[in-house]
Amino acid sequence: MDWLYVLMPISGVNIFWPGLIVLGVGVGIIGAFFGMGGAWMVTPGLNILGFPMAFAIGTDIAHMAGKSLISTLRHGKFGNVDYKLGIVMIIGTVLGFEVGAQMIMWLERIGRVDAVVRYLYLVLLFAIAWMMITDIRKRFKMDKLAKEKGGDVDKLARGLEWHKTVHKLKIPPMVHFVQAGITCSAWVPILISFATGWLAGILGIGGGLIRMPALLYFVGCPTHVAVGTDLFEVAISGLYGAGSYTYKGRTELVAAMIMLIGASVGAQVGAVATKYVKGYGIRVFFLIAVIGCAISIVFKLIAAANPSVRTLFNNSATVLILSLVAALSLYIFMLFLKGAKAEIAAKKARGK
Amino acid sequence: MRKLWTKLIGLYTLLFLLPAKAMAAGGGGAETIVIVADTRRFKGWEAWWTDLYNESHLWFAVVTVVTIPIVGMIMGMTADFIMSRVGIDLKHRELAEH
Repeated sequence: MDWLYVLMPISGVNIFWPGLIVLGVGVGIIGAFFGMGGAWMVTPGLNILGFPMAFAIGTDIAHMAGKSLISTLRHGKFGNVDYKLGIVMIIGTVLGFEVGAQMIMWLERIGRVDAVVRYLYLVLLFAIAWMMITDIRKRFKMDKLAKEKGGDVDKLARGLEWHKTVHKLKIPPMVHFVQAGITCSAWVPILISFATGWLAGILGIGGGLIRMPALLYFVGCPTHVAVGTDLFEVAISGLYGAGSYTYKGRTELVAAMIMLIGASVGAQVGAVATKYVKGYGIRVFFLIAVIGCAISIVFKLIAAANPSVRTLFNNSATVLILSLVAALSLYIFMLFLKGAKAEIAAKKARGK
Repeated sequence: MRKLWTKLIGLYTLLFLLPAKAMAAGGGGAETIVIVADTRRFKGWEAWWTDLYNESHLWFAVVTVVTIPIVGMIMGMTADFIMSRVGIDLKHRELAEH
C-alpha cells in the first residue's frame, strides 16, 4: 500500500494522500458555505495525518489561500462578493491585526498571554453564539407571528438589526456598497474591521469566525454577501500568510496542492449549496460550527489545567473538530445534491 | 471580468506592501529552528524543489505564492466547467434570508 503515501520533500514525512484530499473536500465545502478559512479545523487534521505542528499551520494557510480564491470567484459570479467593501475592510483589518500583535507581545512580557488568549477566545465564541441564537429566535418568532396574522415577513428581514444603530454614524465620506445594498460612513466598515482584526491579532487566528458575524450584525450585509465578502478577505490574508510562513520555511506546497484538488471540488459544492439555502439556514449552520469550536476550546482549557487528563481532553478536542467537519460537510453536500437535482428537474420541465 | 482582473492584480501587488506579520492568518509565529530538506531522497522536480528550499527561502516563498493562485484558478475553472456541464445555473441566485 506504499502508493497511498507521498514523501513530502521539505518536512520529510510520509503522508497518506487520500486523507489530504478528503480533508480538502471537507473544509472546502464548509469554508465556501460559511465564508471562513477554517484554520481551526484543518490544522488538527494535518497534525493527525503526521505533519509537525509548524508545517501543519503553514500548509493549512497555503491551501486556504487557494481554496478561498476559488470560493471567492464562484461567490463573485453569484453576486455575493462586495469587492469595494472587502477592500475598505482590509485597511481596518491590517491596522487592527498589527495593534493586536503588538498587544500580544506586551502580554508576553508581563507573562499573561496564554490565559488571556484562551479565555478571550472562549468569551468571544460564546458571545457570537449568544448573538446568533438571539437573532435566529427573533427571526423565527417574527415569522410565526406573521403567519398567525395570515401575512408574511419581508424575505430580507432580520432578527437583530444592530447595524441600523451603527449606521447612524454619519461621518463623511458616505459610501454606497452595491452588492451589500448598504450606504454608510466608510468609517463603519473600517472601525469594525479594525476591531475584528485586533481580535484576530490577539487570538492568532485568521478572523473569518469573527468577521462573518461582524459583517452580518454590525455592517448589515445580507448573509450570502457576508459569506462571499469574508472569503475575499480570507483569500487575501491567506495569501499573505502563506508568503510569510513559506519565507520562514514552514510550508509544504506539495501537500497544499494535493489538498487543493479536493478543496476545489469542495469549494464549488459549498458555494453552490448557498444557492439552495436561505440566509438563516446558513446562520444556523454557522452557529453549530461556533458552538463546536467553543467546546473544543473548553476541552483544551481542561487539558491545560489538568495534566492527568491532558491526553484525553486534547484528543477529544481533535475528534470533536474532525467529526464536526465530517458531519457538516456531508450535510451541506446532501443539501447541494437535493438543490441541484430539483433545479435540473425544473429546467427539464420548462424545456418540455 | 476585466475590472475583476484589475482588482485582483492590484490586491496581489498590495499584499507585498502590507506590514510584516499584519495578516498572518492562522496565527502563531513560526519557530526559529533552521530546517534543511534532505535532497538525497529525491530526483527530478522534487530534487529541484528541495534544493530551492535549502538555497533560498525567499525564492521558495515567491514560487509558492505565485503557484497557489495559479493552481487555484486552474482548478476552480475546471470545477466550474464540470459544474456548468451538469446543468446548474452558476450565475444567478435569489437573495433571501428566510
